[in-house]
Amino acid sequence: MVAETSAQKTTPSIGDYLRNNIREYGLLVALVVIMLFFQVVTNGVLFKPVNITNLILQNSFIVIMALGMLLIIVAGHIDLSVGSIVAFTGGLSAIMLVKWGIHFSIVVPLCLILGGLVGAAQGYWVAYQKIPSFIVTLAGMLVFRGLTYLILQNRPIGPFPKDFQSLSTGFIPDFFYFLNPIPGTVTNFFALVVVVALVALAIYYGLRDRRDNEKHGTENEPFAFFAGQMAIIAAVSIFLGFMLSTYKGFPNVLVVMGLLIAVYTFITTRSTIGRRIYAMGGNEKAAKLSGINTERLTFYTFINMGVLAALAGMIIAARLNSATPKAGVGFELDVIAACFIGGASASGGVGKITGAVIGALIMGVMNNGMSIMGLGIDYQQLVKGLVLLAAVFFDVYNKNKG
Amino acid sequence: MDNIILEMRGITKTFPGVKALDNVNLKVREGEIHALVGENGAGKSTLMKVLSGVYPAGSYDGEIHYDNQVRSFSTISDSEHIGIIIIHQELALVPLLSIAENIFLGNEIATNGVIDWKQTFSRTKELLKKVGLNEPPTARITDIGIGKQQLVEIAKALSKKVRLLILDEPTASLNETDSDALLKLLMEFRKQGMTSIIISHKLNEIKKVADKITIIRDGGTVETLDCHNEDISEDRIIKGMVGRDMEDRYPAREPKIGETLLEVKNWNVFHQHHRDRQFLHDVNFKVRAGEVVGIAGLMGAGRTETAMSLFGKSWGHKITGDVFMHGKPVDVSTIPRAIEAGLAYVTEDRKHLGLVLNNNIMHNTTLSNLDGVAKSGVIDERREREVATGYRTKLRIRSHSIYQEAVNLSGGNQQKVVLSKWLFTNPEVLILDEPTRGIDVGAKYEIYTIINQLAAEGKGILMISSEMPELLGTCDRIYVMNEGRIVAELPKGEASQESIMRAIMRSGEKH
Repeated sequence: MVAETSAQKTTPSIGDYLRNNIREYGLLVALVVIMLFFQVVTNGVLFKPVNITNLILQNSFIVIMALGMLLIIVAGHIDLSVGSIVAFTGGLSAIMLVKWGIHFSIVVPLCLILGGLVGAAQGYWVAYQKIPSFIVTLAGMLVFRGLTYLILQNRPIGPFPKDFQSLSTGFIPDFFYFLNPIPGTVTNFFALVVVVALVALAIYYGLRDRRDNEKHGTENEPFAFFAGQMAIIAAVSIFLGFMLSTYKGFPNVLVVMGLLIAVYTFITTRSTIGRRIYAMGGNEKAAKLSGINTERLTFYTFINMGVLAALAGMIIAARLNSATPKAGVGFELDVIAACFIGGASASGGVGKITGAVIGALIMGVMNNGMSIMGLGIDYQQLVKGLVLLAAVFFDVYNKNKG
Repeated sequence: MDNIILEMRGITKTFPGVKALDNVNLKVREGEIHALVGENGAGKSTLMKVLSGVYPAGSYDGEIHYDNQVRSFSTISDSEHIGIIIIHQELALVPLLSIAENIFLGNEIATNGVIDWKQTFSRTKELLKKVGLNEPPTARITDIGIGKQQLVEIAKALSKKVRLLILDEPTASLNETDSDALLKLLMEFRKQGMTSIIISHKLNEIKKVADKITIIRDGGTVETLDCHNEDISEDRIIKGMVGRDMEDRYPAREPKIGETLLEVKNWNVFHQHHRDRQFLHDVNFKVRAGEVVGIAGLMGAGRTETAMSLFGKSWGHKITGDVFMHGKPVDVSTIPRAIEAGLAYVTEDRKHLGLVLNNNIMHNTTLSNLDGVAKSGVIDERREREVATGYRTKLRIRSHSIYQEAVNLSGGNQQKVVLSKWLFTNPEVLILDEPTRGIDVGAKYEIYTIINQLAAEGKGILMISSEMPELLGTCDRIYVMNEGRIVAELPKGEASQESIMRAIMRSGEKH
């Protein structure tokens, strides 16, 4: 009954706007600050082209799994088994490629399907038998780890054929090499062109959305903010794109990751299935009584997670050039942490793809930066744990204050 | 008895952006029952939270005098310590613990942390006797009805040596028998010299028990009426609450009744949890186009269960019977199929079953018919905006935009959002379960107007309500349910509070 009388509406000042949307800007600012911090303490190693490439290769699979995990968390569940699925599908792909000699163009889709089946096997218990996902996926974590040891007979399998490795270690060739104006510095002109084109496109669509909103009387963020945000994103993107273009260009996984981020952003913001997942996570009973098949929806989110974990498993196996039974140990925690740092709510219904991606990048930059500094795994874990707690506390604090 | 036990002077409380209380004054004499009335959002609950220390001293302006001393409470236990006890609308009981454990929760009879069960049980028995509750102290809260749970809360208050008992909507979820028992208990306490403040929307109950009535509107005190000096009518109270005369509490309607839309035959349902217990027995009813049909009955008569079992088998099991729309059999075995068949069910529990509270008005509006604003699974944002704006205007949902979260709306506006959601599925028959529960008088009128509009558009309305005047005021025909059976069907001319109660009582004798 508190504060039901709606307050008089005034045009929000920039200060108000910042307070109301502090989470989203805060996250972006935190990422930039963390990047700058490590750039300084590593004496500029962080932003070296080869390190940026490394950063992408090291974190792509965390980002990819965070996309699926975000949907699971928004739906009001959790998946602890993704690390084991990574190892399991990595192992399966190795057996098929190396032992049975099957071509990678068959193995890759087959493993994605198998990952989906693994997800379905767990999703069934969660969705239709109403067993808490924490328990089902804890069981799955053990089961699929055990199966991995079994199928690999405790030994790593490798190396992989070159074409499969390129999934993870390959780069997009420089289609525009003949246009390159500064061949001395830029070694992959195509990457630079694409980044600039994407930034231009983002600005165009951003402006179009604002115009659309104005037409329909929807509130826009203050222009200064829009411009500032766009400027930061554009500057960072172009800078990173330029750095990549002076090395080998875009890694293949960056393209895969970028496409997936775009697809999942679209699913969460524009599709009926995404909307229903948010509604279900916000209030499952109300969603069900509104005619939404909540069981099937839950089932799908777990299948989706399985497919993405399988993709991550193959990327990791390809990167290490061998499938080991210990692959992906502890990854579930990094992935879950990325979602929560990115603002997802543990009780479901709240969370954004962009948040999860930035959360994963924050974790990734910290991992990478601390490794360059020579900090041991002990300190790395400690710092990551504290960052996770601080991020979630920041959420809770904001919520209580508002 | 002319002793002022409590005086709140110039209480002002602001939340970010909202002045919830503005210079409110309240004077309560010792030994009286003082009613606090006002529309939802008027500030009654906020005022009581100030009094009980939920909002600590310093977070508001003004003074609280209690026993002729200025008091400032920084926690609830401060106010409880001197005998001010508040029982909130949402009961604060732990469902899986026993009555005794709940009564002494946080206040255990113990030495060095070891509970003295013997004394706990004997004290509990004494307290239960005082409130007239005949249950063993070991019974679990979840196993007793809501009316009895309310009594446990009062027993808990008594255990704390209460002098000023505050009850926030104590009868909102009680049936008439339980409500009467509760009110009698309050009058009994008054004889013993205890003071009570009761917040309620049920004006007939207030009239029955209150010595004084303080009316609050828009965060300020309007007036305090003395029930002993003058005879105060419900209309007089309503006038104070809404700031205008309410000529008629139910808008007039010319019924234009058409063909039979929904017909249910031989509907038998077994209990959801006690699976061998038959709960609904051979329920038969029909709803015609343009007709508003009521279902009256006591709590637990099977009204909500009838609606929910019909709506996609959302309740119960071993459901048998036939459902017809326009005389043709239809399949309502899942919720999507029930919606497809032209049914809509507006639940009695808006917050838990009706709305996704952290979603905005627009998202809630389109939730049941997302495909109606989407093309091959992609939401057309412009169309969705138009739909939500349309219903916001049509149903006069008061909010600053369609982007306001449902959690921040008042009860009446929340109900309108739930109605929007179901109207957008374009149903032929709407089942409204307690559509005006917890809604203030002004908003109730608006809901009735919407119901009339829908009937005029040729839709069939099935309305479940525990408030008999509401059924009598809006329905063309009323079914009476008792113990899982339809025991009477009364056309508008024959229906009255007496005839409904008579039907219930008579059917009770038969079984």
